[in-house]
Amino acid sequence: MSIFVNRQSKVIFQGFTGQHATFHAEEAIKTGTQVVGGVTPGKGGTTHLGLPVFDTVAEAVRETGADVSAIFVPPAFAADAIMEAIDAGIKVAVSIADGIPVQDMIRVQRYRQVRWETEGDTCLVIGPNTPGIITPRQCKVGIMPAHIYQPGRIGVVSRSGTLNYEAVEQMTALGLGQSTSVGIGGDPVNGTDFVTVLKAFEKDPDTDAVVMIGEIGGPQEVTAARWARDNMKKPVIGFVAGLSAPPGRRMGHAGAIIAGEDDTAKAKMDVMEELGLYVARNPAQIGETVMRALRENGIS
Amino acid sequence: MNIHEYQAKELLRSYGVAVPAGNVAFSDSQAQAVAEQIGGQKWVVKAQIHAGGRGKAGGVKVADSIEEVGRLTDDMIGMTLVTHQTGPQGRIVKRVLIEEASDIQDELYLSFVIDRASQRVTIVASREGGTEIEEVAKRSPDKIITETIDPALGLADFQCRKVAAALGMNDKHRMTQLVRIMKRLYRCFRDKDALQVEINPLAQVAGEKLICLDAKFNFDDNALYRHPDINELRDLEEEDPKEVEASGHDLNYIALDGDIGCIVNGAGLAMATMDAITLHGGRPANFLDVGGGASPEKVTNACRIVMEDPNVKALLINIFAGINRCDWIAKGLIQAYTTLDIDLPMVVRLAGTNVEAGRKILEDSKLPFLQADNLDDAAAKAVATVKGEQA
Repeated sequence: MSIFVNRQSKVIFQGFTGQHATFHAEEAIKTGTQVVGGVTPGKGGTTHLGLPVFDTVAEAVRETGADVSAIFVPPAFAADAIMEAIDAGIKVAVSIADGIPVQDMIRVQRYRQVRWETEGDTCLVIGPNTPGIITPRQCKVGIMPAHIYQPGRIGVVSRSGTLNYEAVEQMTALGLGQSTSVGIGGDPVNGTDFVTVLKAFEKDPDTDAVVMIGEIGGPQEVTAARWARDNMKKPVIGFVAGLSAPPGRRMGHAGAIIAGEDDTAKAKMDVMEELGLYVARNPAQIGETVMRALRENGIS
Repeated sequence: MNIHEYQAKELLRSYGVAVPAGNVAFSDSQAQAVAEQIGGQKWVVKAQIHAGGRGKAGGVKVADSIEEVGRLTDDMIGMTLVTHQTGPQGRIVKRVLIEEASDIQDELYLSFVIDRASQRVTIVASREGGTEIEEVAKRSPDKIITETIDPALGLADFQCRKVAAALGMNDKHRMTQLVRIMKRLYRCFRDKDALQVEINPLAQVAGEKLICLDAKFNFDDNALYRHPDINELRDLEEEDPKEVEASGHDLNYIALDGDIGCIVNGAGLAMATMDAITLHGGRPANFLDVGGGASPEKVTNACRIVMEDPNVKALLINIFAGINRCDWIAKGLIQAYTTLDIDLPMVVRLAGTNVEAGRKILEDSKLPFLQADNLDDAAAKAVATVKGEQA
């Protein structure tokens, strides 16, 4: 099993005929993902990579039964594309773009809420500013290198992309694979928070433990750690990047900024530890910390 | 992106929000002309830099005559202002704001921020104007008033009245003014894609009039493409020239005070690399994210920018190639080495796509790259190199 995406997922690409979408759609197909078509407004009725192209997401969903969308639309138009996916009934919408204006994302989150309250739609928006989501050998929606991921029983959730790869490589070196890996993205307002992902991993019978990789800025890691203490039986291994980051500066990610004492990496990891999570204080020891958590919980 | 106080006040004025009469000046004669134009008996000379804490550092002075306006301006322009927000090197004052002095009866704090927990724009207000909100939050968190704004409905009058009443502004005259100020500030915040607007203090002056005595704006860099008017207000002299140069090459660079130069792909991994160096007892010289598609040119530019820092004694290159390929990175490093004539030790850690090919290219080059097997090894080697040099 896995969370959110698996081999049954039917994936479309928004911005399908663009260079990046084309490359990553081909990669997804190579790794066994069921890609069923794509959307490029104005190119409906044509085919691309041997798959149908539609003008709107609604048409694509109607014709292909797609339930997952990989959104490869530039930042200025991405919020609109996410809302189009929600409107069409997509269940998991993954927005890759880095650079979506914050207030656009505030409107997207409000739109999701309205749709949920009025139509009962529950669309999971992953990202923006994320490498995406992958269930190894089943479904890859994003730009991550599929070959570093191995099927296994550890769930991974992170704000950063390359740090996600780093953690996965450390786990692979120790023979640990992943059930699903989710990048929730580096923006200050994102579609999915840590808690939503932890909840899904806790329910997933094929996940034994969860690695949660955060960074400076925002209250998300602490909220998630608190939720984990109160609601999870599975061990959670935490790391927060940015111990040596100066306050008041945005460290690459729009959301990575120390705005107050609670935002620092040390403060967040201290709280995680107090709440009973396994904390890797050193980014080079994420893999080892997972091993320790598994051992101490009698999971092998 | 930040702007100067005088620019912020012009923006507020265009939204009908009350600010003191005033204008910017670049010289003492200009300052005197502005003071004469404003009229009155008393003026304030305010240093314009992108940092708070100017008052305590001597960047805000009151003048009782036109001559004094000139003298104070002359003193202030060219001086280096060191506040708790500028860092020890301080900032050189290049322009001042000349304003009519206000007779302050009361001071409030009012700001609009993006609250990451509710994912909405939120008003933060307090009776204790003039002090930093972080201090108030620490000392007496119950004195902080917040009100969250629904992005679809906008800011409603009743919400503004709630805030006004909580601030003790519950007479009709002041409440009406405050409601108007809040609604206009929110409109400005929303129209211009701000991330933060801070009015501290919002002062009550003669006639129970409410007026913004200081104004700080922070705008969303990702939305500047749709606000050319705001983008024009950018003052590159207030930014680190190397950070500006780096952003011109599509690199994200932040200078720090250590001696190990870092070149990494991805913001999270870049921070983690700095952390690993610190945990090994070393000190990173910078944060640098080369981004996804790091071409040989980009790698060369990154090396050059990092090495311009005279404190840098070694380079640590940590690349986890996803969309990228290690063989390209390796070729980029060789190009950088030869074109830049690098004489510093270079520790290189490659991982991900085409890692074997990349490592082989570096090895075959016979150049003195120190290859590392993983993050820990890379940080250890970089720190050892620097410490070895010192010994």
